[in-house]
Amino acid sequence: MLRLLAVFILAISFVGNASNVETSSDKSEGDTTDKSAERKEYIQHHLKDTHDFGITSYTNDAGEKVYIGFPLPVILWDGGLQVFSSSKFKHETAVAESGGNHYVIYHGMIYKTDAQGTINYDDHHHPTNVRPLDLSITKSVVMILVTGLLMLLLFRSLGRSYGKNGGVATGAGRFFEPIILYIRDDIAIPNIGKKHYKKYMSFLLTVFFFVWFLNIFGLTPLGVNVTGNIAITASLAILTFVITTFTAKKTYWKHIFWMPGVPVPMKIILAPIELLGMFIKPFSLLIRLYANMQAGHIVLMSLLALMYLFNSIIGSSLSFFLSFAISLIEVLVALLQAYIFTMLSALYFGFAVEEEH
Amino acid sequence: MEKLLGEFSLGLFILQSALFILLVFLLKKFAWKPILNAINEREEGIKDALASAEDARKEMENLNADNERILKEARAEREMMIKEARDLKTKLISDAKEEAKATADKMIVQAQEAIENEKKSAMAELKSQVASLSVEIAEKVVKDELSNKDKQFKIVEDMLGEATLN
Repeated sequence: MLRLLAVFILAISFVGNASNVETSSDKSEGDTTDKSAERKEYIQHHLKDTHDFGITSYTNDAGEKVYIGFPLPVILWDGGLQVFSSSKFKHETAVAESGGNHYVIYHGMIYKTDAQGTINYDDHHHPTNVRPLDLSITKSVVMILVTGLLMLLLFRSLGRSYGKNGGVATGAGRFFEPIILYIRDDIAIPNIGKKHYKKYMSFLLTVFFFVWFLNIFGLTPLGVNVTGNIAITASLAILTFVITTFTAKKTYWKHIFWMPGVPVPMKIILAPIELLGMFIKPFSLLIRLYANMQAGHIVLMSLLALMYLFNSIIGSSLSFFLSFAISLIEVLVALLQAYIFTMLSALYFGFAVEEEH
Repeated sequence: MEKLLGEFSLGLFILQSALFILLVFLLKKFAWKPILNAINEREEGIKDALASAEDARKEMENLNADNERILKEARAEREMMIKEARDLKTKLISDAKEEAKATADKMIVQAQEAIENEKKSAMAELKSQVASLSVEIAEKVVKDELSNKDKQFKIVEDMLGEATLN
Protein backbone atom coordinates (compact mmCIF):
# COMPACT_ATOMS: atom_id res chain seq x y z
CA MET A 1 0.00 0.00 0.00
CA LEU A 2 2.78 2.37 1.02
CA ARG A 3 4.77 1.43 -2.06
CA LEU A 4 1.80 2.10 -4.27
CA LEU A 5 1.39 5.49 -2.70
CA ALA A 6 5.06 6.28 -3.21
CA VAL A 7 4.86 5.31 -6.88
CA PHE A 8 1.77 7.43 -7.25
CA ILE A 9 3.44 10.45 -5.70
CA LEU A 10 6.54 9.97 -7.84
CA ALA A 11 4.43 9.76 -10.98
CA ILE A 12 2.63 12.94 -10.10
CA SER A 13 5.85 14.71 -9.34
CA PHE A 14 7.19 13.77 -12.75
CA VAL A 15 4.11 15.12 -14.41
CA GLY A 16 4.46 18.24 -12.34
CA ASN A 17 8.12 18.62 -13.22
CA ALA A 18 7.43 18.05 -16.86
CA SER A 19 4.84 20.76 -16.95
CA ASN A 20 7.17 22.99 -14.99
CA VAL A 21 9.89 22.53 -17.55
CA GLU A 22 7.46 23.25 -20.30
CA THR A 23 6.20 26.44 -18.81
CA SER A 24 9.52 27.76 -17.64
CA SER A 25 11.24 27.03 -20.92
CA ASP A 26 9.30 29.67 -22.74
CA LYS A 27 10.07 32.26 -20.09
CA SER A 28 13.09 34.42 -20.39
CA GLU A 29 15.69 34.71 -17.66
CA GLY A 30 14.81 38.34 -17.04
CA ASP A 31 11.19 37.47 -16.52
CA THR A 32 11.92 35.23 -13.50
CA THR A 33 14.12 37.82 -11.82
CA ASP A 34 11.39 40.35 -12.48
CA LYS A 35 8.93 38.02 -10.84
CA SER A 36 11.06 37.49 -7.72
CA ALA A 37 11.67 41.22 -7.45
CA GLU A 38 7.94 41.72 -7.79
CA ARG A 39 7.28 39.20 -5.03
CA LYS A 40 9.79 40.89 -2.78
CA GLU A 41 8.18 44.22 -3.50
CA TYR A 42 4.76 42.71 -2.84
CA ILE A 43 5.84 41.33 0.55
CA GLN A 44 7.51 44.61 1.47
CA HIS A 45 4.41 46.47 0.47
CA HIS A 46 2.16 44.20 2.46
CA LEU A 47 4.17 44.75 5.63
CA LYS A 48 3.73 48.50 5.36
CA ASP A 49 0.87 50.66 6.39
CA THR A 50 -1.17 51.92 3.44
CA HIS A 51 -3.38 54.89 2.81
CA ASP A 52 -6.18 52.88 1.22
CA PHE A 53 -7.83 49.70 2.44
CA GLY A 54 -6.80 47.29 -0.29
CA ILE A 55 -8.09 43.77 0.05
CA THR A 56 -6.67 42.34 -3.16
CA SER A 57 -5.67 43.31 -6.66
CA TYR A 58 -5.34 41.48 -9.96
CA THR A 59 -4.53 42.20 -13.58
CA ASN A 60 -7.51 41.83 -15.88
CA ASP A 61 -7.50 40.55 -19.46
CA ALA A 62 -6.92 44.03 -20.81
CA GLY A 63 -3.69 44.19 -18.79
CA GLU A 64 -5.01 46.77 -16.34
CA LYS A 65 -4.56 46.41 -12.61
CA VAL A 66 -7.86 46.13 -10.80
CA TYR A 67 -7.91 46.92 -7.11
CA ILE A 68 -10.53 45.64 -4.71
CA GLY A 69 -10.81 47.76 -1.62
CA PHE A 70 -11.79 51.26 -0.67
CA PRO A 71 -9.95 54.56 -0.27
CA LEU A 72 -9.39 56.12 3.14
CA PRO A 73 -9.21 59.77 4.11
CA VAL A 74 -5.78 61.37 4.05
CA ILE A 75 -5.23 63.99 6.74
CA LEU A 76 -2.03 66.03 6.53
CA TRP A 77 -0.74 68.86 8.65
CA ASP A 78 1.27 70.96 6.24
CA GLY A 79 0.95 74.58 7.22
CA GLY A 80 -2.73 73.93 7.64
CA LEU A 81 -4.98 70.92 7.62
CA GLN A 82 -5.19 69.10 4.28
CA VAL A 83 -7.94 66.52 4.03
CA PHE A 84 -8.60 64.55 0.86
CA SER A 85 -9.40 61.03 -0.24
CA SER A 86 -6.55 58.60 -0.83
CA SER A 87 -8.14 57.75 -4.18
CA LYS A 88 -6.34 60.87 -5.44
CA PHE A 89 -3.06 58.96 -5.26
CA LYS A 90 -4.51 56.33 -7.64
CA HIS A 91 -2.90 53.49 -5.68
CA GLU A 92 0.35 55.29 -5.04
CA THR A 93 0.97 55.98 -8.71
CA ALA A 94 -0.31 59.55 -9.09
CA VAL A 95 0.51 62.95 -7.65
CA ALA A 96 -2.24 64.20 -5.35
CA GLU A 97 -3.03 67.90 -5.23
CA SER A 98 -4.59 69.55 -2.20
CA GLY A 99 -4.71 73.20 -1.30
CA GLY A 100 -2.05 74.09 -3.85
CA ASN A 101 0.40 71.48 -2.49
CA HIS A 102 1.41 68.29 -4.28
CA TYR A 103 2.05 64.98 -2.58
CA VAL A 104 3.22 61.55 -3.61
CA ILE A 105 3.45 58.29 -1.73
CA TYR A 106 6.86 56.68 -1.80
CA HIS A 107 7.39 53.43 0.17
CA GLY A 108 4.21 54.03 2.09
CA MET A 109 5.15 57.54 3.18
CA ILE A 110 3.68 60.78 1.94
CA TYR A 111 6.21 63.31 0.59
CA LYS A 112 5.64 66.86 -0.51
CA THR A 113 6.70 67.37 -4.12
CA ASP A 114 6.27 69.74 -7.01
CA ALA A 115 3.46 69.38 -9.52
CA GLN A 116 5.34 66.67 -11.43
CA GLY A 117 5.90 64.56 -8.32
CA THR A 118 9.71 64.69 -8.48
CA ILE A 119 11.48 63.03 -5.58
CA ASN A 120 15.04 64.09 -4.84
CA TYR A 121 17.33 61.48 -3.37
CA ASP A 122 20.45 61.80 -1.26
CA ASP A 123 23.57 59.61 -1.61
CA HIS A 124 21.92 56.66 0.17
CA HIS A 125 18.89 56.77 -2.09
CA HIS A 126 16.74 58.30 0.65
CA PRO A 127 14.23 60.93 -0.40
CA THR A 128 15.12 64.41 0.78
CA ASN A 129 11.63 65.80 0.21
CA VAL A 130 9.66 67.18 3.13
CA ARG A 131 7.45 64.68 4.96
CA PRO A 132 4.37 66.49 6.25
CA LEU A 133 2.81 65.30 9.50
CA ASP A 134 0.61 62.48 8.29
CA LEU A 135 -2.45 62.02 10.51
CA SER A 136 -4.30 60.02 7.86
CA ILE A 137 -6.80 57.34 8.68
CA THR A 138 -4.58 54.64 7.25
CA LYS A 139 -5.29 50.94 7.13
CA SER A 140 -3.63 50.54 10.55
CA VAL A 141 -5.70 53.33 12.06
CA VAL A 142 -8.85 51.71 10.67
CA MET A 143 -7.85 48.43 12.28
CA ILE A 144 -7.05 50.18 15.56
CA LEU A 145 -10.49 51.78 15.49
CA VAL A 146 -12.14 48.47 14.61
CA THR A 147 -10.25 46.66 17.37
CA GLY A 148 -11.02 49.40 19.87
CA LEU A 149 -14.69 49.28 18.98
CA LEU A 150 -14.72 45.50 19.15
CA MET A 151 -13.07 45.57 22.58
CA LEU A 152 -15.47 48.21 23.83
CA LEU A 153 -18.50 46.23 22.70
CA LEU A 154 -17.16 42.91 23.89
CA PHE A 155 -16.00 43.94 27.34
CA ARG A 156 -18.82 46.37 27.95
CA SER A 157 -21.30 43.57 27.35
CA LEU A 158 -19.23 41.33 29.64
CA GLY A 159 -19.24 44.02 32.32
CA ARG A 160 -22.98 44.43 31.99
CA SER A 161 -23.74 40.73 32.03
CA TYR A 162 -22.51 40.48 35.63
CA GLY A 163 -25.13 42.87 36.89
CA LYS A 164 -27.91 41.19 34.96
CA ASN A 165 -27.08 37.65 35.97
CA GLY A 166 -26.17 38.06 39.60
CA GLY A 167 -22.39 37.99 39.20
CA VAL A 168 -22.19 35.31 36.50
CA ALA A 169 -20.82 36.21 33.09
CA THR A 170 -22.79 35.31 29.99
CA GLY A 171 -22.35 35.68 26.28
CA ALA A 172 -19.19 35.88 24.23
CA GLY A 173 -17.41 37.82 26.96
CA ARG A 174 -17.54 34.73 29.10
CA PHE A 175 -14.64 33.30 27.13
CA PHE A 176 -12.49 36.26 28.16
CA GLU A 177 -13.27 36.20 31.87
CA PRO A 178 -10.68 33.51 32.66
CA ILE A 179 -8.12 35.47 30.65
CA ILE A 180 -8.89 38.63 32.62
CA LEU A 181 -8.56 36.61 35.80
CA TYR A 182 -5.30 35.14 34.57
CA ILE A 183 -3.89 38.59 33.86
CA ARG A 184 -4.92 39.74 37.32
CA ASP A 185 -3.83 36.66 39.28
CA ASP A 186 -0.79 35.48 37.34
CA ILE A 187 0.59 38.61 35.71
CA ALA A 188 -0.40 41.67 37.73
CA ILE A 189 -0.48 40.45 41.33
CA PRO A 190 2.76 38.38 41.36
CA ASN A 191 4.75 41.08 39.55
CA ILE A 192 3.33 44.27 41.03
CA GLY A 193 2.06 43.08 44.37
CA LYS A 194 -1.36 43.05 45.97
CA LYS A 195 -1.07 46.61 47.23
CA HIS A 196 -0.50 48.50 43.99
CA TYR A 197 -1.69 46.26 41.16
CA LYS A 198 -5.15 47.81 40.89
CA LYS A 199 -4.08 51.07 39.29
CA TYR A 200 -2.22 49.25 36.51
CA MET A 201 -4.95 46.75 35.70
CA SER A 202 -6.71 48.92 33.10
CA PHE A 203 -3.53 49.44 31.12
CA LEU A 204 -2.43 45.81 31.35
CA LEU A 205 -5.79 44.42 30.32
CA THR A 206 -6.18 46.90 27.48
CA VAL A 207 -2.67 46.35 26.16
CA PHE A 208 -3.02 42.58 26.30
CA PHE A 209 -6.29 42.38 24.40
CA PHE A 210 -5.29 45.18 22.04
CA VAL A 211 -2.06 43.48 21.03
CA TRP A 212 -3.64 40.04 20.91
CA PHE A 213 -6.59 41.08 18.78
CA LEU A 214 -4.42 43.08 16.40
CA ASN A 215 -1.96 40.18 16.11
CA ILE A 216 -4.86 37.90 15.24
CA PHE A 217 -6.23 40.43 12.74
CA GLY A 218 -2.77 40.43 11.17
CA LEU A 219 -3.20 36.73 10.42
CA THR A 220 -6.48 37.19 8.61
CA PRO A 221 -6.49 37.55 4.80
CA LEU A 222 -7.12 41.26 5.38
CA GLY A 223 -3.39 41.34 5.89
CA VAL A 224 -3.11 44.19 8.30
CA ASN A 225 0.27 44.24 9.94
CA VAL A 226 -0.58 46.69 12.71
CA THR A 227 1.47 45.27 15.59
CA GLY A 228 4.35 44.81 13.15
CA ASN A 229 4.48 48.55 12.68
CA ILE A 230 7.20 50.26 14.66
CA ALA A 231 5.10 53.36 15.35
CA ILE A 232 2.46 51.23 17.08
CA THR A 233 4.85 49.20 19.21
CA ALA A 234 6.81 52.35 20.02
CA SER A 235 3.64 54.02 21.21
CA LEU A 236 2.76 51.08 23.44
CA ALA A 237 6.26 50.74 24.83
CA ILE A 238 6.55 54.48 25.48
CA LEU A 239 3.25 54.35 27.38
CA THR A 240 4.70 51.58 29.53
CA PHE A 241 7.82 53.69 30.05
CA VAL A 242 5.80 56.81 30.92
CA ILE A 243 3.60 54.93 33.38
CA THR A 244 6.64 53.28 34.97
CA THR A 245 8.47 56.58 35.32
CA PHE A 246 5.56 58.58 36.64
CA THR A 247 4.34 56.04 39.16
CA ALA A 248 7.84 55.13 40.34
CA LYS A 249 8.46 55.28 44.07
CA LYS A 250 11.60 56.30 45.94
CA THR A 251 13.08 52.79 45.89
CA TYR A 252 12.98 52.70 42.08
CA TRP A 253 15.07 55.84 41.75
CA LYS A 254 17.35 54.72 44.53
CA HIS A 255 18.01 51.47 42.67
CA ILE A 256 18.91 53.43 39.56
CA PHE A 257 21.10 56.20 40.93
CA TRP A 258 22.44 54.83 44.21
CA MET A 259 22.17 51.05 44.25
CA PRO A 260 21.84 49.97 47.88
CA GLY A 261 23.91 47.15 49.27
CA VAL A 262 27.02 47.55 47.09
CA PRO A 263 30.27 49.43 47.73
CA VAL A 264 30.52 53.08 46.65
CA PRO A 265 32.71 52.56 43.52
CA MET A 266 30.20 49.95 42.34
CA LYS A 267 27.40 52.43 42.94
CA ILE A 268 29.12 54.90 40.63
CA ILE A 269 29.66 52.27 37.93
CA LEU A 270 26.12 50.91 38.23
CA ALA A 271 24.33 54.25 38.03
CA PRO A 272 24.86 54.89 34.28
CA ILE A 273 24.16 51.23 33.48
CA GLU A 274 20.92 51.33 35.41
CA LEU A 275 20.02 54.66 33.85
CA LEU A 276 20.58 53.16 30.42
CA GLY A 277 18.57 50.10 31.45
CA MET A 278 15.66 52.34 32.25
CA PHE A 279 15.41 53.18 28.55
CA ILE A 280 16.53 49.84 27.18
CA LYS A 281 13.69 48.03 28.90
CA PRO A 282 10.87 49.74 26.99
CA PHE A 283 13.03 49.76 23.86
CA SER A 284 13.35 45.98 24.03
CA LEU A 285 9.58 45.82 24.44
CA LEU A 286 8.97 47.77 21.26
CA ILE A 287 11.57 45.91 19.22
CA ARG A 288 10.46 42.49 20.45
CA LEU A 289 6.83 42.92 19.46
CA TYR A 290 7.69 44.66 16.19
CA ALA A 291 10.31 42.12 15.15
CA ASN A 292 8.22 39.10 16.07
CA MET A 293 5.17 40.20 14.15
CA GLN A 294 7.20 41.50 11.23
CA ALA A 295 9.23 38.30 11.04
CA GLY A 296 6.13 36.13 11.26
CA HIS A 297 4.56 37.96 8.36
CA ILE A 298 7.72 37.82 6.28
CA VAL A 299 8.14 34.06 6.85
CA LEU A 300 4.50 33.37 6.11
CA MET A 301 4.48 35.43 2.94
CA SER A 302 7.81 34.07 1.78
CA LEU A 303 6.49 30.53 2.14
CA LEU A 304 3.40 31.50 0.18
CA ALA A 305 5.61 33.07 -2.46
CA LEU A 306 7.60 29.83 -2.57
CA MET A 307 4.46 28.10 -3.80
CA TYR A 308 4.64 30.17 -6.95
CA LEU A 309 8.39 29.88 -7.18
CA PHE A 310 8.35 26.06 -7.07
CA ASN A 311 5.45 25.92 -9.46
CA SER A 312 5.25 22.14 -9.03
CA ILE A 313 2.68 20.07 -7.24
CA ILE A 314 5.17 18.60 -4.74
CA GLY A 315 7.08 21.74 -3.94
CA SER A 316 4.03 23.93 -3.86
CA SER A 317 1.96 21.60 -1.72
CA LEU A 318 4.92 21.15 0.60
CA SER A 319 5.25 24.89 0.81
CA PHE A 320 1.53 25.17 1.36
CA PHE A 321 1.60 22.77 4.30
CA LEU A 322 4.65 24.51 5.67
CA SER A 323 2.92 27.86 5.52
CA PHE A 324 -0.12 26.26 7.09
CA ALA A 325 2.02 24.97 9.96
CA ILE A 326 3.67 28.38 10.31
CA SER A 327 0.22 30.00 10.41
CA LEU A 328 -0.68 27.76 13.33
CA ILE A 329 2.53 28.74 15.07
CA GLU A 330 1.75 32.37 14.30
CA VAL A 331 -1.58 32.00 16.10
CA LEU A 332 0.39 30.89 19.13
CA VAL A 333 2.93 33.67 18.66
CA ALA A 334 0.08 36.20 18.47
CA LEU A 335 -1.02 35.18 21.96
CA LEU A 336 2.50 34.73 23.25
CA GLN A 337 3.66 38.18 22.19
CA ALA A 338 0.60 39.79 23.77
CA TYR A 339 1.36 37.84 26.93
CA ILE A 340 5.05 38.76 26.92
CA PHE A 341 4.30 42.44 26.38
CA THR A 342 1.79 42.47 29.23
CA MET A 343 4.03 40.38 31.47
CA LEU A 344 7.07 42.60 30.96
CA SER A 345 5.03 45.77 31.40
CA ALA A 346 3.74 44.36 34.68
CA LEU A 347 7.31 43.48 35.66
CA TYR A 348 8.49 47.03 35.00
CA PHE A 349 5.54 48.45 36.94
CA GLY A 350 6.53 46.07 39.71
CA PHE A 351 10.02 47.59 39.77
CA ALA A 352 8.48 51.05 39.92
CA VAL A 353 6.36 50.41 42.99
CA GLU A 354 8.73 48.06 44.78
CA GLU A 355 8.86 48.72 48.49
CA GLU A 356 12.09 49.13 50.42
CA HIS A 357 13.30 45.78 51.65
CA MET B 1 18.17 51.29 12.57
CA GLU B 2 17.93 53.73 9.68
CA LYS B 3 15.34 51.50 8.05
CA LEU B 4 13.39 51.41 11.30
CA LEU B 5 13.41 55.18 11.53
CA GLY B 6 12.40 55.39 7.87
CA GLU B 7 9.41 53.21 8.60
CA PHE B 8 8.46 55.25 11.62
CA SER B 9 5.44 57.41 10.94
CA LEU B 10 5.02 60.17 13.48
CA GLY B 11 1.38 60.70 12.50
CA LEU B 12 0.53 57.07 13.09
CA PHE B 13 2.40 57.21 16.38
CA ILE B 14 0.38 60.21 17.52
CA LEU B 15 -2.91 58.71 16.39
CA GLN B 16 -2.13 55.37 17.97
CA SER B 17 -1.12 56.95 21.28
CA ALA B 18 -4.22 59.12 21.39
CA LEU B 19 -6.56 56.31 20.38
CA PHE B 20 -4.95 53.87 22.76
CA ILE B 21 -5.10 56.22 25.73
CA LEU B 22 -8.72 56.95 24.88
CA LEU B 23 -9.37 53.23 24.63
CA VAL B 24 -7.76 52.60 28.03
CA PHE B 25 -9.95 55.22 29.68
CA LEU B 26 -13.13 54.16 27.92
CA LEU B 27 -12.54 50.51 28.72
CA LYS B 28 -11.62 51.41 32.28
CA LYS B 29 -14.92 53.20 32.74
CA PHE B 30 -17.21 50.85 30.84
CA ALA B 31 -15.53 47.48 31.09
CA TRP B 32 -12.60 46.84 33.39
CA LYS B 33 -14.05 48.53 36.46
CA PRO B 34 -17.41 46.74 36.33
CA ILE B 35 -15.78 43.45 35.38
CA LEU B 36 -13.12 43.53 38.08
CA ASN B 37 -15.60 44.77 40.66
CA ALA B 38 -18.03 42.01 39.76
CA ILE B 39 -15.29 39.40 39.91
CA ASN B 40 -14.07 40.77 43.24
CA GLU B 41 -17.57 40.82 44.63
CA ARG B 42 -18.14 37.29 43.49
CA GLU B 43 -14.88 36.15 45.03
CA GLU B 44 -15.76 37.89 48.29
CA GLY B 45 -19.16 36.23 48.14
CA ILE B 46 -17.58 32.83 47.65
CA LYS B 47 -15.15 33.48 50.48
CA ASP B 48 -17.97 34.59 52.78
CA ALA B 49 -20.09 31.61 51.82
CA LEU B 50 -17.21 29.27 52.54
CA ALA B 51 -16.52 30.95 55.86
CA SER B 52 -20.15 30.79 56.91
CA ALA B 53 -20.32 27.16 55.84
CA GLU B 54 -17.28 26.50 57.97
CA ASP B 55 -18.93 28.32 60.88
CA ALA B 56 -22.09 26.31 60.43
CA ARG B 57 -20.05 23.13 60.39
CA LYS B 58 -18.28 24.16 63.60
CA GLU B 59 -21.57 25.06 65.24
CA MET B 60 -22.97 21.73 64.18
CA GLU B 61 -19.95 20.04 65.67
CA ASN B 62 -20.44 21.97 68.89
CA LEU B 63 -24.09 21.04 68.95
CA ASN B 64 -23.21 17.43 68.38
CA ALA B 65 -20.66 17.57 71.15
CA ASP B 66 -23.28 19.15 73.43
CA ASN B 67 -25.76 16.49 72.52
CA GLU B 68 -23.22 13.83 73.20
CA ARG B 69 -22.40 15.41 76.56
CA ILE B 70 -26.04 15.75 77.54
CA LEU B 71 -26.68 12.20 76.52
CA LYS B 72 -23.72 11.05 78.55
CA GLU B 73 -24.92 12.98 81.57
CA ALA B 74 -28.39 11.60 81.22
CA ARG B 75 -27.03 8.13 80.94
CA ALA B 76 -24.87 8.66 84.03
CA GLU B 77 -27.85 10.03 85.91
CA ARG B 78 -29.96 7.09 84.91
CA GLU B 79 -27.20 4.76 85.99
CA MET B 80 -27.02 6.51 89.33
CA MET B 81 -30.75 6.45 89.80
CA ILE B 82 -30.88 2.78 89.06
CA LYS B 83 -28.06 2.18 91.47
CA GLU B 84 -29.78 4.22 94.16
CA ALA B 85 -33.00 2.35 93.60
CA ARG B 86 -31.21 -0.92 93.82
CA ASP B 87 -29.50 0.14 97.03
CA LEU B 88 -32.77 1.32 98.44
CA LYS B 89 -34.39 -1.94 97.55
CA THR B 90 -31.72 -4.03 99.24
CA LYS B 91 -31.80 -1.75 102.24
CA LEU B 92 -35.54 -1.96 102.48
CA ILE B 93 -35.48 -5.68 102.20
CA SER B 94 -32.79 -6.04 104.80
CA ASP B 95 -34.54 -3.61 107.10
CA ALA B 96 -37.76 -5.48 106.73
CA LYS B 97 -36.00 -8.74 107.35
CA GLU B 98 -34.37 -7.43 110.49
CA GLU B 99 -37.58 -5.99 111.78
CA ALA B 100 -39.39 -9.22 111.10
CA LYS B 101 -36.67 -11.13 112.80
CA ALA B 102 -36.76 -8.85 115.81
CA THR B 103 -40.51 -9.15 116.05
CA ALA B 104 -40.36 -12.89 115.68
CA ASP B 105 -37.68 -13.09 118.38
CA LYS B 106 -39.75 -10.97 120.66
CA MET B 107 -42.78 -13.10 120.03
CA ILE B 108 -40.79 -16.25 120.65
CA VAL B 109 -39.50 -14.84 123.91
CA GLN B 110 -42.99 -13.87 124.95
CA ALA B 111 -44.31 -17.26 123.96
CA GLN B 112 -41.57 -18.95 125.93
CA GLU B 113 -42.37 -16.79 128.94
CA ALA B 114 -46.04 -17.56 128.61
CA ILE B 115 -45.26 -21.26 128.28
CA GLU B 116 -43.06 -21.09 131.33
CA ASN B 117 -45.77 -19.33 133.35
CA GLU B 118 -48.38 -21.78 132.18
CA LYS B 119 -46.04 -24.59 133.02
CA LYS B 120 -45.43 -23.20 136.45
CA SER B 121 -49.08 -22.68 137.18
CA ALA B 122 -49.89 -26.08 135.77
CA MET B 123 -47.23 -27.65 137.96
CA ALA B 124 -48.54 -25.86 140.99
CA GLU B 125 -52.01 -27.00 140.25
CA LEU B 126 -50.79 -30.47 139.55
CA LYS B 127 -48.90 -30.46 142.84
CA SER B 128 -51.95 -29.42 144.77
CA GLN B 129 -54.08 -31.92 142.90
CA VAL B 130 -51.48 -34.63 143.45
CA ALA B 131 -51.40 -33.79 147.18
CA SER B 132 -55.13 -33.89 147.58
CA LEU B 133 -55.35 -36.96 145.41
CA SER B 134 -52.63 -38.67 147.41
CA VAL B 135 -54.36 -37.70 150.63
CA GLU B 136 -57.60 -39.09 149.29
CA ILE B 137 -55.88 -42.15 148.04
CA ALA B 138 -54.11 -42.54 151.26
CA GLU B 139 -57.35 -42.01 153.09
CA LYS B 140 -59.10 -44.62 150.97
CA VAL B 141 -56.21 -47.05 151.17
CA VAL B 142 -55.95 -46.64 154.83
CA LYS B 143 -59.66 -46.94 155.18
CA ASP B 144 -59.68 -50.00 152.97
CA GLU B 145 -56.69 -51.55 154.71
CA LEU B 146 -58.11 -50.98 158.01
CA SER B 147 -61.43 -52.49 157.10
CA ASN B 148 -59.82 -55.85 156.31
CA LYS B 149 -59.13 -57.26 159.87
CA ASP B 150 -57.83 -60.58 158.86
CA LYS B 151 -55.23 -59.13 156.69
CA GLN B 152 -54.23 -56.65 159.37
CA PHE B 153 -53.79 -59.33 161.73
CA LYS B 154 -51.82 -61.34 159.34
CA ILE B 155 -49.45 -58.40 158.75
CA VAL B 156 -49.14 -57.83 162.38
CA GLU B 157 -48.38 -61.53 162.89
CA ASP B 158 -45.83 -61.49 160.03
CA MET B 159 -44.17 -58.51 161.52
CA LEU B 160 -44.18 -59.97 164.89
CA GLY B 161 -42.71 -63.20 163.46
CA GLU B 162 -39.83 -61.24 161.96
CA ALA B 163 -39.43 -59.31 165.14
CA THR B 164 -38.77 -62.58 167.07
CA LEU B 165 -35.81 -63.30 165.00
CA ASN B 166 -33.90 -60.26 166.13
